[in-house]
Amino acid sequence: MLREYVPVLMIFALSLGTALLMVIGSHIFSQYRPTPVKSQPYESGIPALGDTRERFAVKYYVVAMLFLLFDVEVVILFTWAVVFKRLGLFGFVSILIFLLLLVIGLLYEWKKGALEWD
Amino acid sequence: MELNQLVFYLFAGVAVASSVMMITRRNPVYSAMYLVVSLFSIAAIFVLLNAHFLAALQVVVYAGAILVLFLFVIMLLNLGHDFEPDVRGRFWWFFGLGLGLVLLAELVTLLGNLRGPAEVDLLTPLFQARGAVAALAESLFLNYVVAVEVTGILLLVAMVGAVVIAKRRV
Repeated sequence: MLREYVPVLMIFALSLGTALLMVIGSHIFSQYRPTPVKSQPYESGIPALGDTRERFAVKYYVVAMLFLLFDVEVVILFTWAVVFKRLGLFGFVSILIFLLLLVIGLLYEWKKGALEWD
Repeated sequence: MELNQLVFYLFAGVAVASSVMMITRRNPVYSAMYLVVSLFSIAAIFVLLNAHFLAALQVVVYAGAILVLFLFVIMLLNLGHDFEPDVRGRFWWFFGLGLGLVLLAELVTLLGNLRGPAEVDLLTPLFQARGAVAALAESLFLNYVVAVEVTGILLLVAMVGAVVIAKRRV
């Protein structure tokens, strides 16, 4: 049973090993000799102003949230697609109601301009 | 059987360790990264429990989409500054403690009702006959179809709520 997952485990181990090798290797083999000039963020540029941690705009959150909701929808559709022949009309109608609810949501977003990037 | 146990202890150990790391970090972005590791190891444990579809969903939905959402919320709230007070207010520990106690009570109830391993394995022949997804989907669309529709309504509510809150003109 688990044997089918052995390639996945091998990829896991390989990627973990590669990442560790890169991080540890660059620590061991690199030479770190900072001077005041080298420590500047930009050589012959404008010095950085303020903090790098800026507050994010809420529009990113809206996009992520809407993606997540339609992701969950796809999960339900995916399970339905596997068995839809066996379910017949009943399954078709039930998924149609489900989709209708989400289309209402999509139309609402569209009308409210939540899909615009302004 | 040996391999199963080895893999279980490996991923369970990683899950526990990364969860401990998650709740002890001061920077919430690091906590979110440790949460990804924890969710991945739990996906591996789902595989050991024969829940292949659930494992795939754990990786795609939780470790993928929901963690991105968490990161956006953390960056939106701008938590974990060294020099600025957090926005969470004074009573956060009260809510945190309450939620923690509820989860602990659930865990205790579950462990109290725990029985030994089932003598008859009903799941494996079902999976072998129909596949892991189809076995889940049939029960979802034949026995729990109302729950599916309610999920649709829940998604609609979440969609409208997100748009109403985030698109408010300030």
